[in-house]
Parts: sequence; C-alpha cells; structure tokens
Amino acid sequence: MKFGDVSLGRGEMHMKASITVTLKPGVLDTQGRAVRHTLEAMDGQSIRDVRIGKYIEVEIDEENEAAATAALERMCEKLLANPVTENYKVEIQNG
Amino acid sequence: MRFAIIEFPGSNCDHDCYHVTKHILGHDADFVWHGETSLAGFDMVIIPGGFSYGDYLRAGAIARLSPVMTAVKRYVDDGGAVLGICNGFQILTEAGLLPGALMRNESMKFVCRDTWLRVGTTDSFVTNCMSDGEIIRVPVAHMEGRYVADDDTLDRLDSEDRILFSYCDATGDVTQQANPNGSMRGIAGILSADRNVAGMMPHPERVCEESLGGTDGIKIFSSIVSKLVSV
Repeated sequence: MKFGDVSLGRGEMHMKASITVTLKPGVLDTQGRAVRHTLEAMDGQSIRDVRIGKYIEVEIDEENEAAATAALERMCEKLLANPVTENYKVEIQNG
Repeated sequence: MRFAIIEFPGSNCDHDCYHVTKHILGHDADFVWHGETSLAGFDMVIIPGGFSYGDYLRAGAIARLSPVMTAVKRYVDDGGAVLGICNGFQILTEAGLLPGALMRNESMKFVCRDTWLRVGTTDSFVTNCMSDGEIIRVPVAHMEGRYVADDDTLDRLDSEDRILFSYCDATGDVTQQANPNGSMRGIAGILSADRNVAGMMPHPERVCEESLGGTDGIKIFSSIVSKLVSV
C-alpha cells in the first residue's frame, strides 16, 4: 500500500464518527468550575453547573455501522477515554 | 543491582533518576527507550517524570500503549518491582497497573514546591528503611496530580495498607491546606495489590543531595536497594 492510499476494501463503507467524552458524574471538573465562575461574572446570571468534555472525530472504513461502532468502542475503552473517570458516546454520522 | 530507567519522548526526569542510582548509590543503571520490548536482566524499573507524548489526550494515556509498557506489564506479572514517579505514576494508572487516576490539580495551576509527606506504610520496597508515620520533605512539580478513585478503591487502599505517602503539614497532620492538588484523602503515593508496583507524584530523585536542598529522597532509593539487593 502506498502512502495516502485510502481506497476502500471489498464490502467496506467509509464512515465518520463523533465521539464525546465526558467526566463521570461526581468527578470534580476544575475547568468547568472555572468557566462557570467566569460565565457568572460575565453577565451576572447564575449558572447551575458547567461540565467540559472532549469531542473527537474519527473517520473509519468498516463493513457496516455495527462493526464500526464496536471498533470505536474498543478504541474508547483502550485510549480515547479513561474508564475510571470518563464516560463516552459513539455516534456514526453517515452510516 | 541494575536499574532500568524508561525513556519516552518527553520524559525529563530520566537523567535525575540515572544520576541518583548510578552516581549517588553506585549501582548500574541503563536508559531503556520506549520502543524496547524486553526488560531482561534488570532488577528494578523506574518510570520517571516528564511529559511523555506531550500529555496529549490525558497525561500518560499514549505512553501506556508504547511497546515498552507491554514489557513492563510482563515484568510486573513476573513479580518485578516498578516505581513510577510523577508522569510515571500517571502512566501506571493509565496502564491499569495501579488503581485510580490523576487529574488536573484542583487549583488549575501547575504546582512546583516542597511538600511534607507522611509515610503510610513501611511494608513496601520504597519505604522499608523508614518508620511508620515518618515525615519527609519531597518536592512536587505537576499539573495533573489530583488522585481520584471511587470510595471502594480508596477504602481498599487504606485497609490493605497500600497508601505509601499522604500530603501532610510539618507536624504530620494530613490537612486540606497541606494538600497541593486536591488529591482524595491526601494521597501522594500508592502500592499495587501485589505490592511490587509503586506510584508517587512527588520527586524523590530531586532531593538526594544536600547541595540540592535535601536528602529525604535518598531514603526511598535506599529502601529499594536494601529490599532488592537482599533478594
């Protein structure tokens, strides 16, 4: 395979996935807290809570949506999220 | 004895660890690049501090998937002793070799200062030359040092005598004020269930010579040597 070759294998679909990683409830989000205080100071509105997470886009070639979701969930478990402190959600955009 | 000091792209306390083990303690020490797949012949592994892989995604998240970590896991399974300092501690939690996680400091600031640590257990390869409740002075230097774990894990660490160090004040009281990062229960260092993996956020390698402002760190390295040389 030459560098940059992105041709699809037989029976594969090209999919784009959105992955959202958020802190588990109860885990102190120091960034969220600082942003909440700033938002409140900005316009005096009281805000109940701010939680900050991560948004990751992955493009993947797989046989079908289920296979892609399974592969992406493995990636989340192993690298993209820390199961001790974070939850994740995988969504296929164009399955 | 022969120390392995793991180096990742972005490790920056590797030479300090090398200096202490090689020049101060007078033992053999070798750097082991993150692409290596074997730790054969080493009596002990140190994962030093730094910013492996730029702390991308989460501190330690990418380092833990590098080839050498497969060797570290095997080394641990075979009963080998591993100490992770600062980023090394973060890598060991990400790798699942120690429970919990290290998150952004509660203050949202990089904290670089001396801390007092109370020794929580002497039943370990890093504290066996100290006394229970002894207080030592060791600096921290980190952005992600807030130890977080669920209550069950924290209770188990406590009941199984696996809390190595807690942040305390000069008199030995574990207080919120003495806690530099908001760690749960003031935890600064812990031990694995099999007691052969240790992780700590403070940097003992930085206080092993009077000319560098302290020598309490040498107690940790002396413990390692006394435990492992006699084996």
